[in-house]
Amino acid sequence: MTSIIGPASFKFFGIFPAAILSLIIPIIGVGYFAYIIARRLAPLVRSAPDSRFDNPIARARNLIVVCLGQIRQPRYMLAGVLHIFIFAGFLILSIRSTSLVVIGFSDGFVLPGFGGAIGSIYNFFKDYAATFVLIACIVAAVRRGIFKPARYAVPEKYGKDHTAEAVFVLGIISTLMISESLFEASEIAYAYQQTGEVHFLAPLSLVWIFKSMLSGAPLGFLQGLHVFTYYIHDFAFFFFLCFLPMGKHFHVITSFPNVLFMRVKTGNIKPVAHGVAEDQLDDLESFGVKYLEDFTWKHMLDFYSCADCGRCSDQCPANAVGRPLSPRFITIKARDLMFKNYPLSGEIYKSNLLVEDIYSEDEIWSCTTCGACEQECPLGIEYIDKMVDLRRGMVDEGMVPQSLQKPLKALEKRGNPYGKMEKKRADWAKDKEFKAEYTIKDLAKDEADTLYFVDSITSYDDNIQEIARRTSIILQKADVDFGILGKQEKDSGAEVLRFGEEMLFQDLKEQNIEAIEESGVKNIVTADPHAYNVLKNDYKGLPEVKHISQVVAQKVASGALELKPCQAPDKVYVYHDPCYLGRHNSVYEDPRKVLDAIDGLTRVELEKSRDRSFCCGGGGLMLFYEPEEETRMGVLRVNMAAEAGANVIVTACPFCLVNIQDAIKVAGKEGEIEALDFTELVEQHLA
Amino acid sequence: MTQIFAYIPHQNGVAEDIAMEYPAAAQKIDASASLTAIVTGSGADLDAVVNEMTSIYSEVIKIDNADLAYPNAEVVRKALVNIIPGDAVFLTAHNTLGMDMAPGLSVKMDSAYAADIVDIEGIEGSTLKMIRQELGGAVSTHVESDISNGAVLTIRPGSFAPVEGGSAGGSITDKSSDAGDLSVKRKFLEIVEAEVGDVDITKSDVLVSIGRGIEDEENIEIAQELAEAMGAVVSCSRPIVDAKWLEKSRQVGTSGQTVKPKVYMAMGISGSFQHLGGVKGNPFIVAVNKNPKAPIFQVADVGIVEDILDFMPELTESIQDL
Amino acid sequence: MEILVCVKRVPDTAENEFELNSAGNDLDRDDLVYSVNEWDNYAVEEAIQIVDKVGGNVTVVTVGDDESEEVLRREMAMGANDGVLLCDDAFEGSDGKGIAALLKAEVEKGNYDLIFTGAQADEGAGQVGGMLAAMLDLPYASLVNKIDASDGGTITVGREIEGGNQEMNEIELPCVISIQTGINEPRYVGIRGIRKVAKVEIPVKGASDLGIDGGSVGDAGAKTKRVDYFVPDLGDGAEMLEGSTEEIIEQLIEKLKAKGGL
Repeated sequence: MTSIIGPASFKFFGIFPAAILSLIIPIIGVGYFAYIIARRLAPLVRSAPDSRFDNPIARARNLIVVCLGQIRQPRYMLAGVLHIFIFAGFLILSIRSTSLVVIGFSDGFVLPGFGGAIGSIYNFFKDYAATFVLIACIVAAVRRGIFKPARYAVPEKYGKDHTAEAVFVLGIISTLMISESLFEASEIAYAYQQTGEVHFLAPLSLVWIFKSMLSGAPLGFLQGLHVFTYYIHDFAFFFFLCFLPMGKHFHVITSFPNVLFMRVKTGNIKPVAHGVAEDQLDDLESFGVKYLEDFTWKHMLDFYSCADCGRCSDQCPANAVGRPLSPRFITIKARDLMFKNYPLSGEIYKSNLLVEDIYSEDEIWSCTTCGACEQECPLGIEYIDKMVDLRRGMVDEGMVPQSLQKPLKALEKRGNPYGKMEKKRADWAKDKEFKAEYTIKDLAKDEADTLYFVDSITSYDDNIQEIARRTSIILQKADVDFGILGKQEKDSGAEVLRFGEEMLFQDLKEQNIEAIEESGVKNIVTADPHAYNVLKNDYKGLPEVKHISQVVAQKVASGALELKPCQAPDKVYVYHDPCYLGRHNSVYEDPRKVLDAIDGLTRVELEKSRDRSFCCGGGGLMLFYEPEEETRMGVLRVNMAAEAGANVIVTACPFCLVNIQDAIKVAGKEGEIEALDFTELVEQHLA
Repeated sequence: MTQIFAYIPHQNGVAEDIAMEYPAAAQKIDASASLTAIVTGSGADLDAVVNEMTSIYSEVIKIDNADLAYPNAEVVRKALVNIIPGDAVFLTAHNTLGMDMAPGLSVKMDSAYAADIVDIEGIEGSTLKMIRQELGGAVSTHVESDISNGAVLTIRPGSFAPVEGGSAGGSITDKSSDAGDLSVKRKFLEIVEAEVGDVDITKSDVLVSIGRGIEDEENIEIAQELAEAMGAVVSCSRPIVDAKWLEKSRQVGTSGQTVKPKVYMAMGISGSFQHLGGVKGNPFIVAVNKNPKAPIFQVADVGIVEDILDFMPELTESIQDL
Repeated sequence: MEILVCVKRVPDTAENEFELNSAGNDLDRDDLVYSVNEWDNYAVEEAIQIVDKVGGNVTVVTVGDDESEEVLRREMAMGANDGVLLCDDAFEGSDGKGIAALLKAEVEKGNYDLIFTGAQADEGAGQVGGMLAAMLDLPYASLVNKIDASDGGTITVGREIEGGNQEMNEIELPCVISIQTGINEPRYVGIRGIRKVAKVEIPVKGASDLGIDGGSVGDAGAKTKRVDYFVPDLGDGAEMLEGSTEEIIEQLIEKLKAKGGL
């Protein structure tokens, strides 16, 4: 009657104590791992500062919900559920793996607290965890290796396919699961043969199956298997640990800090340099990101953390229309550069100008800053701030396409991108029919409670001026005491900031803040989500800012505004979420509530709506940029609306209106489908 | 009595249209002035032009020199300084040769200089009153030059009514030997011809020509549809080529192609003179522009104040329905 | 290569809608926005690119008032090394020759291999470059849209001529070149760039510094003078078609049929 010999007491060839090997493997493994991590931290040490220690409650919440809770995973159902299984299995098995390492030199070791009932319960779950992880790995490997979902494909210009690495890692994980289960099963089978002792095992778990298979195996085989699978597991475990920081599986480690430090506020753009006040910006030697080390440490951590899941690019409208931008590769290319410039041994290389070396100018200008990528990333990787930082660097180097130079110069000289005269900014109010009935207060002369911030496109674009007039009529009807800044108003600079022309933005912002403060208003209303966002999130110290849809929703709820029954009840309406109202500011329900308050209005939802809304093509300076693309974002959006069975697309943003109106023409859907601004719909239905 | 000399630009043995326009300009300067054509060049081509000019001008000066075979402005200027009397009024076209040669000529002659003249009001004493444009044609100006020591004027092509060639029976004076030393520090090498595109806009009777009003590259399709319906070809103004939306060979204007269609549809084209300089043969011009103040309406036969992006598709549809 | 680029501050045609004043004889200048002449901006970019390639210095010079310093700074922010402002009451009202004479005086104070001007400016005359060259007895090429500056004593330039063709010339240095738009893609200059050069000293030179007799330039020396501005009478303009779009199209189609357009 003998019991099986554990690795701590086992002697190879009867002489050499295996315990020594059990000690050497972890020492080398942990030591090498520590060395790799130290090298991987080197670029972060040289990076730009970042401010990520604020708002601990929101950060803790993200850690629990986004990281541990994997809340964003099921947005892609199959991949998400597989990941949740593997992730949960990893968490459960991490305890077992830790004790297994110690078992190598201390027979029968159990972690403190895992001796009695807790240990038995743990073992029960652990056995299933290993089983589920193995199944998940097999499904995942089949999916990646055989079915190959399109979003994992690597276009030729971005290098080689990543499938091999993915499948290899799934193989390592499977090896860990199988070896751990065999290690345990061989011990139990041995004990059963020797003593007849029946050990309770989770039915149909991997261990249970292996034990059943091994119950008749020779004792010598079981002894050998026991020690062999231990070292397979031990070796695979430390190999895996050191392999993680070599590629996309680094996220297994970095996802915890990355989610902890992820963006907690939305809508705003990061300052040029953390810790440098706006009035000291002139003293900075250089602006934005030009070289690798100009990224902040969090942005570098982002690069390390990318799991290559492709969800960002799958949601990216620029990628969808064939612009030369795929957010996934913004990250992958930077990560590859970090690995190349900071090798595991030897000299550290200096980076070239990023926008020439790994990125192209068009790639960086192609982003509409819609935020779909960030909304989707399960790891909290950011893109908008990086795009803006790269653009800041390009602007500082003078690398601005001619098509953008003209509007930027006009903004500098005239405060609007069209180069129209300042004194004509309020000409929309001079429309004959409108003027006969309505007078708009100029806050330079009159006083009012509320400022209606019009912004450039609504002030100057012949077609869009209608939004200004309708907004004014709605506000007047709702008894809001409001006025405009007239020629004192400058472009809000929302896109100037996002296109990287920081100092011009600062200039516009200062002029607007001064005019707003002088006007003495207590509230601000705008019908332009880009203005709404920038005033709310990038300006500081202004009175409360509301979008017109919020005001209308509130006034309808309180009964201050009454809406007539639907004027075109046979039409089918769909609401398109503007990025800067929805995703960046979470205003999803107010516009919908107002539409639904119109009696008899039939409304359908787009499949891509709310935080998955699809950008219409971008606002502000994006209208001037001439991207390389196969189709227009707006055209894709109009087709989505048509598929949803709608014939009226209601939006709440002047840029969406321009883009969608245009896209309807390009898509050849005139007469079938029309675009309508929220204010127009509401004004038509004012009782 | 004012002496006026007119420099005749020519190509392949044929004088450019401006040759027919100088007499009207000279007439407006001083009806009693003498007008002499100057033709520089070499060989048979030169003789052909000189002969052609005798039907328009009563006096034609011919300067024949191998160095003048190609009109290198540096060489032409050097020759002219030796030929033109100091107090004369010298006219040349405001074209790429005139712009290259004339300013320096006025310095060498120490005379007054006025460029790109679109109209002339006449002489008062020694003051010549003229009209030109500034700011890309947005405004016109009256200018006055003191011509007591002569003047060099560049005349905008197409600004003065052309005279019919008749039987002036002009005399030819060969002043080749007076041209003097023609060595210069700039050597003409070659002409690099503009790339010929897939269509030859100069061969089309109807052109749908687009300008800034097209706003976006994608909208070019709208113009193409109209052109197709009309059996026309799409041409454009310079900004469209600068934006690389259409190839250079489709550009109408002084820096592009010269076209002679029967009908010219100017869609969203403001109508700078550089553009109109490329529209010859007095076509029927239809201008559509949303800016009622666009200069194109001054030269068009028919004007329509509309946004071309709305107007063109409707016109296309109506034509297709015919 | 030492390059001097002559620049001018002009009303910005892209951003202005020009209107006459109430008297009707001058532009309404209250709302005008000024910037560097577009052609000059291309010239400065070209100069910077040449110097980046073969070495040297770029100097920008302008004739104007205090406010013209703004355009010098913008061009210096682009990358020009030095700026010079030629400013004197006596210079006011200069015609093309007056400006050229002032520039000549400044050119002679330096040792330039290349002198650039824009092909034309707000007045649309395109005269100063050619005059300056003649005054300096240097060779000249106008409307240049390509420069190959790799050779020693000469450069090859392409002139944009009629028909979209390019006239290639070999020209000896030093020389004067007028630059046509489209020769390059000028880099962007933002407010930040201008602020960086805000404190760089820009020498201001008057008539005595240049050794010029004030009476020979400015209004006193001008042989050609602008009398006034006006908007020409649109008398014989187009026949304007009016009415609804359908009515307009109907009329237009009739006319097109008559003229052979359909």
